Amino acid sequence: MIDWLSPEEWTAVGLSLKVALTAMAASVLPGIAVALILERGRFWGRQVLDVLVHLPLVLPPVVVGYFLLLGFGRRGPIGALLDEQFGIVFSFRWTGAALACAIMGFPLLVRAIRLSIEAVDRKLEDAAGTLGAHPVFVFFAVTLPLILPGILAGMVLSFAKAMGEFGATITFVSNIPGETQTLPSAIYTFTQVPGGEAGALRLTLVSIAVSVAALLASEWMARRVRRRLAA
Amino acid sequence: MANVSIRDVRKSFGTVSIIKGVDIDIQDGEFVILVGPSGCGKSTLLRMIAGLEDITDGEIRIGPRVVNDVPPKDRDIAMVFQSYALYPHMTVAENMAFSLRLKGLPKAEQAKRVQDAAASLGLTPLLDRYPRQLSGGQRQRVAMGRAIVRDPQVFLFDEPLSNLDAKLRVAMRAEIKELHQRLKTTTVYVTHDQIEAMTMADKIVVMHDGVVEQVGAPLELYDRPANLFVAGFIGSPAMNFIDGRLDASGLVLSSGAVLPLDRTPPVAAGSKLTYGIRPEHLQIAPAGTLGAIPATVAVVEPTGSDTTLIVKAEGGNLTVLLRERCDLRPGEAVALKPVSHQAHLFDEAGRRVATI
Repeated sequence: MIDWLSPEEWTAVGLSLKVALTAMAASVLPGIAVALILERGRFWGRQVLDVLVHLPLVLPPVVVGYFLLLGFGRRGPIGALLDEQFGIVFSFRWTGAALACAIMGFPLLVRAIRLSIEAVDRKLEDAAGTLGAHPVFVFFAVTLPLILPGILAGMVLSFAKAMGEFGATITFVSNIPGETQTLPSAIYTFTQVPGGEAGALRLTLVSIAVSVAALLASEWMARRVRRRLAA
Repeated sequence: MANVSIRDVRKSFGTVSIIKGVDIDIQDGEFVILVGPSGCGKSTLLRMIAGLEDITDGEIRIGPRVVNDVPPKDRDIAMVFQSYALYPHMTVAENMAFSLRLKGLPKAEQAKRVQDAAASLGLTPLLDRYPRQLSGGQRQRVAMGRAIVRDPQVFLFDEPLSNLDAKLRVAMRAEIKELHQRLKTTTVYVTHDQIEAMTMADKIVVMHDGVVEQVGAPLELYDRPANLFVAGFIGSPAMNFIDGRLDASGLVLSSGAVLPLDRTPPVAAGSKLTYGIRPEHLQIAPAGTLGAIPATVAVVEPTGSDTTLIVKAEGGNLTVLLRERCDLRPGEAVALKPVSHQAHLFDEAGRRVATI
């Protein structure tokens, strides 16, 4: 089984999983917050935030990657600040790949959570208020359990998007084996060298397997949660 | 327990005015029903008492305390919603214990109070079930149980029976009334169903278009409606109305026919009036009877316990409710005799000016 892929290929697979899981985990909390703000908030600039969040969905990924390079590169305003103050570096590191993936998957995550927030019967939250619950308690005891299926769906979408992200990643952090060469970059590299077709095909199969597994897992979780929440 | 006082309360959404200055006094332990057609502002008013809607202007007190700026959780109320609003991810017991958990009561005390409430509502065998495993009536009972265990100052009900079928609604009506007689907690109940209002309330508040049309005991509203709206809204089948102009001979209809009046009302001759009479206050007399309204039977609706007739008369169709069975056929000519002291006269502004 281990021999089935070369060590370099295993590295790419492992790195991809690490990048995708990190991107997903890091974006869940901001995703819930932004979805709540967009769905429930009534403030000036909501539309602007909405557009900003959704931009990665419609912009060419290369453009997002280039923006990241400008902003989070070592000499970019945010990148330089983070490097000086906290020693955090994104450019040409796997963390940069995770950042690119998180941003590309963010609109999908937010959309899924927003839909589930929209579907929450406000009367359930009202009732909790009249029964003596503080709004923060209402959120954790009532709203959060009810939107859990949406959060799970969003997480899977974000993960799947991260597994497949190519344009933004390669533009921002390049294609360094062992550091930023994720599955798609590795497949791309294989297709660029003579005799690389077999490697490309192997990694493609891995990619398909991971995606299908993620989808099945999310369906299974969503079914369990739905059954628990069925009104 | 507490009284609730609503003083000149107003509510607007932007420029749209929903509640236009409402005053209601609810005594400690009273069962008050807000009733009116949809869009009259009754649910909004209830949500304002609950603290779920801001009060644009005016004052709401629960007990001695002005609650305008008090959040719902601190108003010491419990609300039952039309959609039940049960938590799908909690069992019946957990749903009912929700407010006790918030109060930080010991688990044993929580369980005891839930069990007591469950026993009184017949929910004991269902405590471990989830809301999705219950029927509509059972869910409604759980929602009530959840409110009862909170032991609030005021119960608020927002159309709690509207999602139930007719038979269950009648049963639950009696159950809620019995519950109130037992607990004697001040209750404000919203419904669009005037039968619910008539059968359950100590006091009915009829609302229409953001204002209170009349406040009174059920039969008071039925016998002495303050205006055309209340007269038409309370009572089923609805009151019959005939428009006309007062003259020495009686009420002259637009067709020129004259409806004789038993007594002369204290209104200037020549004024435009609406004559209102309830279907059960019209008696069938032989065609041609003097002083009666000539009519032709159009539809006969026997319900078993009584019979409803739709008849064609000058001034439009009239409904007649007979307590006994009858063998009238459509097309038959009859005469209708109004029971004296039961007909109301309303002026042009819709106010009741006389009952004759």
